[in-house]
Amino acid sequence: MSDNTNQKKEALFSPKSMKLLANPMGKDNPITVQVLGICSVLAITVQLRTSLVMAISVVVVMGFANVIISLLRKTIPPRIRIIVMLTVIASLVILVDQVLKAFVYDVSRQLSVFVGLIITNCIIMGRLEAFALSNKPWPSFLDGVGNAAGYAWVLLAVGFFRELLGSGTLMGYQVIPNILYELGYENNGFMILPPMALITVGIIIWIHRYRDRDLIDIS
Amino acid sequence: MTNRYVFLYASAMVIIVALVLASAATLLRPLQERNMRIEKMQNILAAINIPASRAEAETLFNRYITTTKIVNHLGEEVEGDAFEVELQDENRKEVSERQLPVYIAELDGETLYILPLRGNGLWGPIWGYVGLKSDLATIAGANFDHASETPGLGAEISDAPFQEQFAGKRIFDQQGNFRPVRVVKGRAPEGDDHAVDGISGGTITSNGVTNMLRDGLEVYKSYFEKMKTS
Repeated sequence: MSDNTNQKKEALFSPKSMKLLANPMGKDNPITVQVLGICSVLAITVQLRTSLVMAISVVVVMGFANVIISLLRKTIPPRIRIIVMLTVIASLVILVDQVLKAFVYDVSRQLSVFVGLIITNCIIMGRLEAFALSNKPWPSFLDGVGNAAGYAWVLLAVGFFRELLGSGTLMGYQVIPNILYELGYENNGFMILPPMALITVGIIIWIHRYRDRDLIDIS
Repeated sequence: MTNRYVFLYASAMVIIVALVLASAATLLRPLQERNMRIEKMQNILAAINIPASRAEAETLFNRYITTTKIVNHLGEEVEGDAFEVELQDENRKEVSERQLPVYIAELDGETLYILPLRGNGLWGPIWGYVGLKSDLATIAGANFDHASETPGLGAEISDAPFQEQFAGKRIFDQQGNFRPVRVVKGRAPEGDDHAVDGISGGTITSNGVTNMLRDGLEVYKSYFEKMKTS
């Protein structure tokens, strides 16, 4: 993502706009702090590859959705704003799905219905409603990409551990050496099942709060 | 904002979205259809144990698959392009009206017969191809795939360890009676030519494969008879 943004004018990266990008990765993380978008984390993190494609898809959908809604923000009738947002998200998701089917067919087969389910990812809708509807396109873009990236790193972390411990592979390549299996090591089949995704997310939340004490809710 | 504005806004939005999506779908369709054809070729080749990457699938398919034809339940050849037959539609028809594709391959001087299958798993359809040796009784290889079986459980039917079990199994017993391969719970009995190990935690998918093999191959019985006697 940093490659992408470096090409733009430097002035666009005031400390304020950088915060839009950085906050959702840490303090305001949609998954570990706001606990949104959990369902898709459970569903597609069995393998790192599917997690990666899902992560990229969400970054694309969220970046574009935020910009489009932000551009339209003064014209959208408040009474049908949710429908408008949903239409924009759904159209983008269908486009992403079609592109995946045309160019990375194998991955699209593995993701099957879950690309379609990006529509129901509450993070996207939440950011449109909370941010894009009342901000200019550039900050909205940063906010969208930032939140998607915050979602993405958790997705990738969960996918990494689930594939490594559950299948002994990463991106489909075997990484646990055969000698370990000969010594009696076994893949943990439990890691492949959805409950372990929840537990892995729980552990990430735990570590996150341990490192950032401000997040601990003492009430 | 007046009602009129809201209506106009919504209508304009719908029209624009429809145009964008329709043109994207039309533009990308040829690429997507090509992908599906290539996948089908890969699966057919996999049933006779020829691994083919996406890039070489078409060449290998044309090299090894010498004849494709459609037969009916009496084993008589009928007109049509076997590659275009959708098993999903055929399985809804009466047996007597079904078009049954047969792919015939020449590999190292041996004639192999590849038959498509389609059935139901736990969550959705499962399908595959079975390659038979020239005796039309011994399985040369099998390839299965699924739409939405549980990852790590039923979905393992599309993995090599499950599929490799089928090579060398038989669909006719020594007396010549039709006895398709069953996927049994737990371990298949040692030396049983008509059973393979099931998938623990994937019993319904395993049963789906058993039923698919039985129903999918049974309709070819007349064809087998015909080929054996000729």
